Amino acid sequence: MRFVDEFRDAELGRAVAAEILSLIEPGRHYKLMEVCGGHTHSIYKYGVDDLLPANVELVHGPGCPVCVIPMGRVDDGIALARTDGVIFTCFGDMMRVPGSEGSLLEAKAAGADVRMVYSPLDALRIAKQNPDREVVFFAIGFETTAPSTALTLKRARAEGVTNFSCMCNHVTIVPPVRALLESPDLRLDGFIGPGHVSTIVGGRPFEFIPADYGKPLVIAGFEPLDILQAIAMILRQLEAGRCGVENQYTRVVPYEGNLRALEVMAEVFELRPHFEWRGLGFISHSGLQLSEAYADLDAERRFQVPGVRVADPKACQCGEVLKGVIKPWECKVFGTACTPERPIGTCMVSSEGACAAYYNFGRFAREREVV
Amino acid sequence: MAQLPATSEREQKILGIIETARGKRPKFRDEQITMAHGAGGKATHSLIEGMFVPALGGGELAAMADAGAVTVDGVELALTTDSFVVKPLRFPGGSIGELSVNGTVNDLAVAGARPVALSLSLILEEGLGAEVLRAEVAAIASTAREAGVEIVAGDTKVVERGHADGMYICTTGIGRRDGRATLSPAALRPGDRVLLSGTIGDHGTAIMLARGEFELDAKIESDTRSLWPAVAALLDAVGPQLRCLRDATRGGVASVLNELARSSAVAMLVDEASIPVEPAVAGAAEILGIDPMYVANEGKLVAFVAPDRAETALAALRSVPGCEAAAEIGEVRTEPPGMVLVQTGFGGRRVMDQLVGDPLPRIC
Repeated sequence: MRFVDEFRDAELGRAVAAEILSLIEPGRHYKLMEVCGGHTHSIYKYGVDDLLPANVELVHGPGCPVCVIPMGRVDDGIALARTDGVIFTCFGDMMRVPGSEGSLLEAKAAGADVRMVYSPLDALRIAKQNPDREVVFFAIGFETTAPSTALTLKRARAEGVTNFSCMCNHVTIVPPVRALLESPDLRLDGFIGPGHVSTIVGGRPFEFIPADYGKPLVIAGFEPLDILQAIAMILRQLEAGRCGVENQYTRVVPYEGNLRALEVMAEVFELRPHFEWRGLGFISHSGLQLSEAYADLDAERRFQVPGVRVADPKACQCGEVLKGVIKPWECKVFGTACTPERPIGTCMVSSEGACAAYYNFGRFAREREVV
Repeated sequence: MAQLPATSEREQKILGIIETARGKRPKFRDEQITMAHGAGGKATHSLIEGMFVPALGGGELAAMADAGAVTVDGVELALTTDSFVVKPLRFPGGSIGELSVNGTVNDLAVAGARPVALSLSLILEEGLGAEVLRAEVAAIASTAREAGVEIVAGDTKVVERGHADGMYICTTGIGRRDGRATLSPAALRPGDRVLLSGTIGDHGTAIMLARGEFELDAKIESDTRSLWPAVAALLDAVGPQLRCLRDATRGGVASVLNELARSSAVAMLVDEASIPVEPAVAGAAEILGIDPMYVANEGKLVAFVAPDRAETALAALRSVPGCEAAAEIGEVRTEPPGMVLVQTGFGGRRVMDQLVGDPLPRIC
């Protein structure tokens, strides 16, 4: 594939890996967090961490939009999906996420009309094709997917589609990162910044990380070479004693972001006072809801939504794992009560969550060498 | 440079627990059937190994091969059955009728049996156009002719509108086992080479695009074809050095490798760069966030061959029409038993696990 394979070139990968090796202070342990689930996926898919010395450790951050949806929201979604006359639409990987009593996939098996869509516009199309049914779109994701939800709602309004509504679970990236940084037991040396989110928000919202917390952040693309290069850029900052926001992904991310997308989001959404994150608890101003102007398209206002809060299971220590305080295997339920087939916490839900990854790959993480 | 310090006792204990859990026969604990139980991954296995085999299994079913071995008065036969529920009924490169013949023929072929005869069971939906049915019957007839099998028995049922997506087909096949090789997962030896008969992911991708849900347009055709010519060529070329065969249908090549690694307690190391994928399939998979290794094929086999005969086997495979892109993609190892490891094109290594549910597109 042109314009893709170039960024998966093994020889170039080895060259950047050699550069990384030269930037490492012998004996020092580096802990870098990739904020975004897309990066985690690439790291596993290409075995990126195999090209790193063992004392460069990658910690998987809170940026997997599917994993951070709390059980209560999944339960609310399932309640909506079971409502008479409702066609419930959502992205594919959301369907497997467990609520307190099963997933959307199981609700579908039990008779609810749950349909996978690839874009919110597909959900709107389903609404137009089924004028006698109510179509609900379960919106999830960070700033990456929020603009497309916003545009879809604008189009629904413009086209006068009245049987379409949205259950909004969009979240923003900065508050959870700040919450992590505020945690006293956090041990991180730097961040691989989220490439897709930054396409929308740009680099500025991350400037507080070096300014207030003294940690470098490099916005990175999603190909393996992008990630290695971003790691080299972080290590170069650390070596030089600098810290700032740098952009490795300049071919896609403008530093000022996408102003049009931000405008549309500002029109359609407003911040919720607080939103719950699986594993991290309530974080203020971290979630989006539909603004007053779009209240009539808000599924949570159109339907009776139970709005129950389901506490994260007590034994689950995902929060500590996310912060890098404990390793997955140090969690009390890891590998026993909590497994990829029957996950309890966020880190086991998605195949790229830190715990699921360790469950599958743990034994092989030992073979790398320390420099 | 130094090796990492030895892992702590507790970590070892946890890894041990995981290991034991992995080795155990899966239990079926779900309360209802979901689509995941039909996807060919972990859920399918828990259903088969947790419910069907314990209840029904004698020795032959428990072997869970593509076809069961039956010996009648000294004649070695293979028996298999398969149902076809594909939507849409016609798609680029094939149709449900062609699939229903080739699918069963291939289950026999990879069991090392020359396909001889099929039965055909049709479940038709009220309102199905006669022209649609006629076209599928014609497809069945010509595919059977090409594969050298005779349709010798049949059944027809009609169900109410809304119940069968037009039509479902079930075929049962019988074949004569070829004496030149004894194919079995138990025959796998460390060092054996893994051969793949051509490009992967064509069928599953063609179906996904034909459903029109993704608004993607690409010229991708299903690879449905009889695999008996490929199997015959391998048997001719290397005979008993052919250890085991599988057709990589539902769940793709990744699932086949995982099943065999588990059942034979060996490891597999796959070289990702050597796996043939059509550029259009690679592109669609990239956009949809799906790994072609898990996507269904309907005319591709995975062959395990003794190392010193691998080259001969590969040459024989490549001479068969439709298998020109065949490749050696990896080898059987001892450690770690039950696991499939991938050497990625980028130079790293990862585990290629069994599919947990249906392959669902990722959002990011």
